[in-house]
Amino acid sequence: MIMSDLNLVATLPLLFLSTWACGLLLVSLWIPKDRTHISGWLACLGLIVTIVLVVFSPEVPQEAFGGMLAIDGFSMLLHLLFLGSGILSTLLALNYLKQHDIERGEFYPLLLFSVIGMMIMAMAKDLIVVFLSLELLSIPLYVLAGFARTRTGSQESALKYFLLGAFSSAFQVYGIALVYGATQSTSFENISKSIALQGSTLLLLAGIGLVIVGFCFKVAAVPFHMWTPDVYEGAPSVVTAFMSVGAKAAGFAALIRVFFGAFELVVVEWAPLMAIFAILSTIVGNISAISQKSIKRMLAYSSIAHAGYLFVAIVAGGQGDSSDFAASAVVFYLFAYALTNIGAWAIVMALEKKDDIGTAISDYAGLARSNPRLGVAMTIFILSLTGLPPTMGFVAKFYVFRAALNVGYTWLVIVGVITVLISAYYYLRIIVLMWMRDGAEIDSAPMPLNFVVGLTAVTTLVFGILPGPVLVLLEKSIQGLF
Amino acid sequence: MIPTSYYLALSAILFAIGVAGVLLRRNAIILFMSIELMLNSANLVFVAYSRQFGTLDGQIMVFFVMTVAAAEVAVGLALIVTIYNSKASIDVDDASTLKG
Amino acid sequence: MFDLVPLILLFPVFGLLTNLIFGRNLSERLVGIIASGSSAAAFVISVIQVFALANNNFHAETVFIADWITIGKMYLPWQMRVDTLSVTMMVLVTGVGTLIHVYAIGYMHGDKRFARFFVYMNLFVVMMLVLVAADNYLMLFVGWEGVGICSYLLIGFWYDRGDNNLGNARAGRKAFVVNRIGDFGFLIAIFMMFGAVGSLQFDDVLHFFENHEIEVSQLATTITLLLLVGAAGKSAQIPLFVWLPDAMAGPTPVSALIHAATMVTAGIYMMVRSAPIYAIAPLSQMTVALLGAGTALMAGTIALAQWDIKRVLAYSTISQLGFMVAAVGLGAHVAAMFHLITHAFFKALLFLSAGSVIHGIEHGAHKSDDHFDPQDMRNMGGLKDKMKTTFSVYVIGAMALAGIFPLAGFWSKDEILADAWHVGAVEGHWHGMTVYILLALAAVITAFYMTRQIILVFFGSSRSAAADNATENPPIMTVPLIGLAILSVIGGGINLPWFHTLGSWLEHTHHFFHGIDFNLAIALISTGLAVTSIIVGFIVYHRRPLESSTAPDPLRSVLGPGLKFLYNKWYIDELYSATFIRLYEWKARFLAFQVDWVFWHDFVHDQIILKSFKNAAAILSGPVDKSGINKFFDGLAYSVQNIAVKVLRPLQTGYVRNYALGVMLGVVMVLGIILIN
Repeated sequence: MIMSDLNLVATLPLLFLSTWACGLLLVSLWIPKDRTHISGWLACLGLIVTIVLVVFSPEVPQEAFGGMLAIDGFSMLLHLLFLGSGILSTLLALNYLKQHDIERGEFYPLLLFSVIGMMIMAMAKDLIVVFLSLELLSIPLYVLAGFARTRTGSQESALKYFLLGAFSSAFQVYGIALVYGATQSTSFENISKSIALQGSTLLLLAGIGLVIVGFCFKVAAVPFHMWTPDVYEGAPSVVTAFMSVGAKAAGFAALIRVFFGAFELVVVEWAPLMAIFAILSTIVGNISAISQKSIKRMLAYSSIAHAGYLFVAIVAGGQGDSSDFAASAVVFYLFAYALTNIGAWAIVMALEKKDDIGTAISDYAGLARSNPRLGVAMTIFILSLTGLPPTMGFVAKFYVFRAALNVGYTWLVIVGVITVLISAYYYLRIIVLMWMRDGAEIDSAPMPLNFVVGLTAVTTLVFGILPGPVLVLLEKSIQGLF
Repeated sequence: MIPTSYYLALSAILFAIGVAGVLLRRNAIILFMSIELMLNSANLVFVAYSRQFGTLDGQIMVFFVMTVAAAEVAVGLALIVTIYNSKASIDVDDASTLKG
Repeated sequence: MFDLVPLILLFPVFGLLTNLIFGRNLSERLVGIIASGSSAAAFVISVIQVFALANNNFHAETVFIADWITIGKMYLPWQMRVDTLSVTMMVLVTGVGTLIHVYAIGYMHGDKRFARFFVYMNLFVVMMLVLVAADNYLMLFVGWEGVGICSYLLIGFWYDRGDNNLGNARAGRKAFVVNRIGDFGFLIAIFMMFGAVGSLQFDDVLHFFENHEIEVSQLATTITLLLLVGAAGKSAQIPLFVWLPDAMAGPTPVSALIHAATMVTAGIYMMVRSAPIYAIAPLSQMTVALLGAGTALMAGTIALAQWDIKRVLAYSTISQLGFMVAAVGLGAHVAAMFHLITHAFFKALLFLSAGSVIHGIEHGAHKSDDHFDPQDMRNMGGLKDKMKTTFSVYVIGAMALAGIFPLAGFWSKDEILADAWHVGAVEGHWHGMTVYILLALAAVITAFYMTRQIILVFFGSSRSAAADNATENPPIMTVPLIGLAILSVIGGGINLPWFHTLGSWLEHTHHFFHGIDFNLAIALISTGLAVTSIIVGFIVYHRRPLESSTAPDPLRSVLGPGLKFLYNKWYIDELYSATFIRLYEWKARFLAFQVDWVFWHDFVHDQIILKSFKNAAAILSGPVDKSGINKFFDGLAYSVQNIAVKVLRPLQTGYVRNYALGVMLGVVMVLGIILIN
């Protein structure tokens, strides 16, 4: 490979963040225990600089590392998503870690490494890169899930996440191997060419099936979802907030890259499968959420359901023009979900005390009265999660359903809408609790948390009312990529 | 030369053993080894095809898989040690407080 | 320099945000300075735009701010248009607006909602600027609605005053509802434009109509008539003018800024902007001209018989707006804009002076502790020595309004009359002549009621203790008055008949905008009529001044019961009440009580639905339940919850092995489906 193929300039944000993360890992050793928050702020700084680098990166689309990475509008948008959720999570961590006595400097570099994995995932043009980045994002998350290492819940959560994650990625590697066997290549371009030549073979289909498994596990789609509630409940909330957003977004980003890029020509084979994931995830996720008593578990199931809605858009992929629409619908949904979900988890953190006190749904009674700001923000998040106007969640659902309608999956949309109705049952219960019941006083939340809550709430609302600019940006960035 | 299909058959068998191990055993370390077995069966497929096609891609992938597996070992063993520290057991069935 | 144009919005936005957030903690002086300063800054930017246009050879320029709506082929950017027409309006709005802001600092002194007042005023300036700077009809509509809401808020600013402590709030509501009727027409027109053209950008729409003159004349007629409905609402024309007199419930600076100088001219601006569409719809043009002239005369007659100082001015505003609308209908767009500008000067002046009078009287009333109406002219009289500045500027304003040479109103009113004469006599259209006669009559009446007002207010002897104690106001109020008075004197200079400055300026926006030549005969006739009318007014009111505040109007002996008819505003409100409002209320009551309550609730709901439910329930709970299929009939929620609790939760055992099994089953499912498919 010659140097020019490397195109290091185009990957500058990535290189910078990697260097920064490594540096931070070393530096955090020298930072005294009682001033760990300095690492946090440094991580924040690194993420912000990276955002600047991403925004001002040279013209797109480009390729790097000999065509293994693609730098285009799609990847840039997702980079912003990952970096943004990284910043928000870091801010939330500053106080959360301290409050729960798990303040250790390595938290922040780990988070940065995970962000890097996500970023690479969104740029992947080769199955090798997909696998590597998936692991790069997962391994730090395994550690982070067990970050509260003295708490059995956290340990258990990490173990489950780790074992099942490794298990499913083993399936995926096997799938990649089979695809390699069927097409003689791991690069999307060559895979696509090879499929065009020889059509679909049994070997290829088996490989595709196994590759799906890895993604479905990461994005928590039914039936690969069972780890989700346990891990979300056990892991420190700040980690959950980060991974529920980042890992899901990265999973879908790679899913789009792989299936809209490499496997586009066999869309008839995989689209029905995606539809089935959509249905199973929305139904199982939403119904399971109804019977939950813990807000963390409820949000976990809701996260499963949201994966289902994203799959609704995925089915529209691989079909010419509608691919772009589906991809932008997914990206918009991911943004909406990221903002809403981080906000909602921030509120969970605001109410959470040590040893899982304050995480029951019943603890939310009277929140709107005892702390109106948090109450209003939570209401916005819940509305957005349900998909009601005037929030981003509504616009996102609208676009996702439209993507499916574009290619004639009317029945899928009908099922989707019905499950939205089911979900309203448990979401709105929280609103009722917050506004119409009396409850205990809530301590006021720390400054960074309030900032995160405010920012996400306002953005959710503003882009729910005025989605135009975002949609135009999406359209411009993603047009013609898939 | 041994046909590629033989390798595939062997790798499928190894993979199935790995899956079975994960599903049936309760010792966290054994579970972990079973997963390694699955990864290595995938490696076998890569190497076999790589040889058949005469390209290097598959072999490169094997190196990556091995590296990743090593990283997973580091993390996994650390996790298992922590759990052992607090529960004095590495039976995964003991780690079932979170459910429902 | 065009890039500066967004600033004219940002300055007032900054002002309103500052006052909104910190206003309660700031001193009155600071709040006033922030509000007036931001308006003045916007004025400076507007003036810069004039030079920018001059540098640019007067070519229109658009300044893109943001994407707004992109749906299918509909693309609407948030974009500001800088051309001679919009800049004229910008300068006017910000200039007059600034003077009124300054005046309001004095007028609103001591009000408990002082900061809020200035927030609304700045918001109004923003919205008005959005309206005039819009580059497409929808953005214009945003401004249109924005000024509407500001008007509503400000009319009801003293919501706890008025009849039964509700009067002002009701007036606000009335303005809002009546305007809604107009907006309805405007919106439909916008929809039709989009349907026909596929765009709402001014350039696209107007070019479309210019280029397809013949094919779309029918459509153009419909659209222009609907636009007229919108304009009639906003600019208070027949039949929708009823809201404007009531709007005088707002503080006087509001009446001056919103209900005389700027907002009510939005309808005229909009029609001038749409001139190319009107140009191919002669029927609409005629309707517009006759409607405007009719309004001018009718409102003038009503003004004759009013006692409330601000109501007289309100009807006078309606009448003058009628002049402008008539001018638009005659195709005399320059004359309309000219009159719009001069009218903004002298009517703002009159309103502010009236406010000064009211303020002075109220001040007197405080001293004498007299409970009475400070706006009733019967309670005034003899103020000319007590409020010297106010008196002199009032006379200037009144003379400008009456069209006395060489004040501003003379030139602009004369140009409209000359245009009407031209259309009637030279081009030979019957409606031109009709319009001319109606407007000439209206001009005569204008001169008369202004004379009446000045004499009632300033001459004679004071008819109440408050008027006795009235004092002149502080300079913060009188200085803006003097500024406006100067403008009212020299304002005609912007379009003197021999130079056509305004005409050639506006010509750069639409090529067929041009002024008309000076017609000496017309000028002499109207001046003669006005002077005669003033003399008659003097004879009627000055020779026999009112004795006391309960004395009847001297006109009563001349007009008899006709005066009562005029005093009651031609019974228009009563007519609407009898025809529309009662009918509507009756319908609403019918729907509420008969349909909803008696029919729906009592009959359908209680009798049919509830009973059948009860019966069904009885059957189910009786025979069906006993046979043990109760579950089947349970609600959906229950069964869903049942699934959750009984099926899905137990699956979530917490054992890693079980979860791995789940993954495995998933793999089998995926492979099964994808391979069998």
